[in-house]
This record gives sequence, structure tokens and C-alpha cells, in this order.
Amino acid sequence: MKLLLDSTRCQGYGLCQEPAPELIDLDEWGYAQLRVGDVPPGDEEAAVAAVAACPNSALRLVK
Amino acid sequence: MTGVLSLLPDGRHGLLGAPLPGAGLPGVVESSDSVAPSGGEDLARYLAEGGYAPLPGAGQPGVRAPSDPVAPSGGEDLARYLAEGGYAPLPVPGLLLDRIAAAGLRGRGGAGFPAAVKLRAVRDAPGRPVVVANGEEGEPGSVKDRWLLRHRPHLVLDGLRLAAAMTGAGRGCVYLSDAGAEQAVRRALAERPCDPPVDVVRTEHTYVAGEETAVVRRIDGGPALPTAKPPRPFESGVGGAPTLVANVETLARVALMHARPESADAVAGTHLVTLSGTRSRTGADAAALVEVPAGTHLKVLADLCGHGRAEAVLLGGLFGGLHGAGWTDLPLDHDRLRAAGGALGCGALHFLHPEDCPVAAAHEAAAHLAAQSARQCGVCVSGTGALAGALAAVARGEADHDTTDRLRRWSEQLPGRGACGLLDAAARIAGSLLTHFSDRVDAHRGTVCPPCWATSNGEGHRFTVPVP
Ligand code: SF4
Ligand code: SF4
Repeated sequence: MKLLLDSTRCQGYGLCQEPAPELIDLDEWGYAQLRVGDVPPGDEEAAVAAVAACPNSALRLVK
Repeated sequence: MTGVLSLLPDGRHGLLGAPLPGAGLPGVVESSDSVAPSGGEDLARYLAEGGYAPLPGAGQPGVRAPSDPVAPSGGEDLARYLAEGGYAPLPVPGLLLDRIAAAGLRGRGGAGFPAAVKLRAVRDAPGRPVVVANGEEGEPGSVKDRWLLRHRPHLVLDGLRLAAAMTGAGRGCVYLSDAGAEQAVRRALAERPCDPPVDVVRTEHTYVAGEETAVVRRIDGGPALPTAKPPRPFESGVGGAPTLVANVETLARVALMHARPESADAVAGTHLVTLSGTRSRTGADAAALVEVPAGTHLKVLADLCGHGRAEAVLLGGLFGGLHGAGWTDLPLDHDRLRAAGGALGCGALHFLHPEDCPVAAAHEAAAHLAAQSARQCGVCVSGTGALAGALAAVARGEADHDTTDRLRRWSEQLPGRGACGLLDAAARIAGSLLTHFSDRVDAHRGTVCPPCWATSNGEGHRFTVPVP
């Protein structure tokens, strides 16, 4: 699975990072920065939670 | 001097016009100090073989005007283009596609992606493809695409219909912002309607309007702004159809490779480049559109436009960063420039006069990019603003070690984070300044630098080159 971020939608709410700190960093302005492209085995649930947490649908998971 | 020059060996066909019968080459390069120690074309040998011999009958020394594919009335002469093999039938599109693959033609919009791979991806995607000739060059220092559309519209349209045939497209589109280019293309289409039908779509002239997803969005009636990828246009582009967005120079080369199969490799291994540099004190501008073989050393190109003493070069328009000591030995080659930490991009080179300041140039370039941010991605708005602000502080002599540390960190962390390459360009400008000119950056601390002072509000106007 791949985690994708649409930078045009990311508003820097930072809500995605809490459920998935191993997948997402927040930069100094608060915008999400993906730590990995491919979701490592075991982190799928965190990835799904991050996607669900974003109020602006900026995150996507693709096969 | 603002001119149009061909540096192709005698008899080789280029995009600027058919070869002059029996013509040599402009005598413009001084000595063999531009010979590369290794790799690339050996200038000494090239000179020994008769390269750069004076051009009999040429007016201004060193300038070989294109041998007029341009009709007296303005546009390209259709009868002459047809007589030279233009618009020849393409009974087996796959053969041309194979030729393009074998010759290794790479896209000329900036990314340098293999043209055949893109053509095949569009052809093989489900749906009836659309082909787009992308003539919107957002890099202020590049003129080649507008020049081609103004002066060789038939060559570009020929390439477009060949791309349509190779991909099975049922619709074509020419995408541009330049009024002169639009006029020339419409006139050419009226002279000889295209099959498949071709629309002309006018856009605004911005840094990002020519980015492939912005092209698709604009043609579909939206704003010329990039979208997140995937999907890329080859999967889902105009109206959801697989779409080839091809730079007009790429298409012109395709047309020439069809008309001159025997020179296909040479045509694929040739570049249109726009050369410009710091304006002289008199305000005279030395800029040129030049067609040169790949591998030509940048020193040769600098000499051509009177910038042989340049201290630094800005590569790929604003996209490939600044390069300092050793730039003279760099060859005009995608892979070699990438290995050197730069990028050939659209082939625009801007040379900095020894009295100019790389900090001033970097600041102006970053300020231009920050102003041109499409302001869609928060990280781009914040990132380009922060980069330009920190470079301004360096230029004013107000930066401390924290400022340069932050610049370094941003230059490493910001690339790849926007929806398009604008943020990457700004990050590369900052990173390359620190890599190649750290001494100059340090020397600015607590002082006033005259060139920086003179250009503090420039916002990048100095990089704009008029179309010859
Ligand atoms: S929650 Fe959404 S908008 Fe907020 S930082 Fe994460 S991706 Fe960006
Ligand atoms: S990276 Fe910048 S210029 Fe590119 S789409 Fe995002 S905001 Fe616009």
C-alpha cells in the first residue's frame, strides 16, 4: 500500500500525525510530510487512521 | 545581440531551418580552452574537422540566421515545407515510434522523459487518446517554444499529427499563451487543416501554466493550475482520456525524424537552447536561441553570447540551480548535468557576469518563484516565502548562521513536496547557492553588496528574455 498526500489540499491541521507518527511528520509550518511512500507491513491500520483523520481529504491510500 | 543561431555541422537538418547549401559554421569560438578533459564532444577535434568555420556571406559574424523557412508574409512557407518532405504519409506508425525509441529522443519541456515511453503509455491506456502540443513556456529565460510556434507552426503541427497517429488519438490541441504564436498556428491550420482536428487553447503566461496537469485542467475549462498526481495525464487527462502532453520542440523533432529518417539519431541528439546573461552596463542584452548538438560544453555556449568570462551559470531556466567553478566543463546533457546536481530543464542558460553576484541572482530567482507560486499548496506558499525571505536577508547582509542553516535544511526537505516542481526549483536555487558559493554567502554577513543592493526589488525581471 502507498500513502499519498495531495499538497494542494493539505491545510496543516496536523490531525493526521497523531494516529500515525511513524508515517507522517509535521513540518515547521504544520504541513504533513510523509516519512515513507510505501506503508511498511504492520502500519496499515495507522495509515487508514491517518487518512480518516484528515478533515480535508488530503491523504489517500492506493494499492 | 539577440539572435537565432545554428551550430549544427554542415548539412545537418535542424529546427531553425534547412541547412544552407555549402555553408560552414559561424566562426565564433576563440580557442581550445573550452576543450573538456574527458567526455563530451572534443572541441579541438571538432575544430580540426572544420567545425565553426566562417560562414561565407553571413552578415554579422557568428550569427547564422535560419535559412528562412519563413515566408516573406510572416508565417512558415507551407509549399516549401511540403517540398522538404513535410506532412509525408505515415503508413506504419509503429515504425516511427520504434525509430524514436532507438534514437533515444527525450522530451524537451524540462523533465527529459523518454518520448517513446510516453507515446506508448498513452497509446496503450484504455480510451481514445488526446494529443497536446504544449507551447506554454513558463521559464522566463526560455524562448524556444514561442519561437518555434511563431516561425515553424507547420513543423510543430506535423509532429502533432504524427503523435496522434502513433497513439491513435482522435483529437489534438495546441496549448499556448503567446499572441504571435497563436496567430501563426491559426494561420497554418487555415492553410492546411490537421487530421485529427486540432483546437488552439490560449492560456495565461505563468510559471506553472505549462505543467502537464495544469495544461489538462485548462483545456478542460478550468484554471491553469497543477493537480496532485497520480493520475498523470497519460492515464487520465483531457476529458478523462489518456492524454499526451508533449513539448512543441519534442514534436518538431518527431516531425524532422519522420522526414529525415537517415538523420534521426542526430535530430534526437540536438537541443534548442536559450542563452542569456547579466546585462552589460550599457543595458545591451546578449541573448540567443541556438541549436546545438548534445554534449557541447557550456563554455562554448557562453562564448557565443559574449559571456565567456561568466563566473556562474543558472541552469534550466530557474529550475537547475546555480553552478560555479567548473561550470565551463559541463556538457549540455541531461544525465551529466543531473549528476552534477543540476538539471538541463528546458535548456535555458543564464550566465552571470564576474561583477554580478550569485547571491543577488539566487535571491531574485527565489523571489520570482515565490511570486509565481500558484498558492495552492500550503507548503509551497510557506516554503517559497521562507526561502526568498532568507535569501533576501543574506543579500542585505543581515543573515546569521541560523539563516544559512535553515536555508540548507529547507533545500533538503522541501523538494518533492508541492504538487508541481516550482517549490523544487526554489529549493534547488538555495541549495546550489550554499553548495557552490558558500564563501560568497559568508562574505555577505554584515556588509552591503552593491549588486545585491541594486537588484533588491528585481523579482526576477532580469531573467526574462524577449523572443528573437
Ligand atoms: S490532517 Fe490533513 S490537512 Fe492536516 S496536516 Fe494532515 S494531511 Fe494536512
Ligand atoms: S507547488 Fe506551488 S506552484 Fe506548484 S501547484 Fe503547489 S502551490 Fe502551485
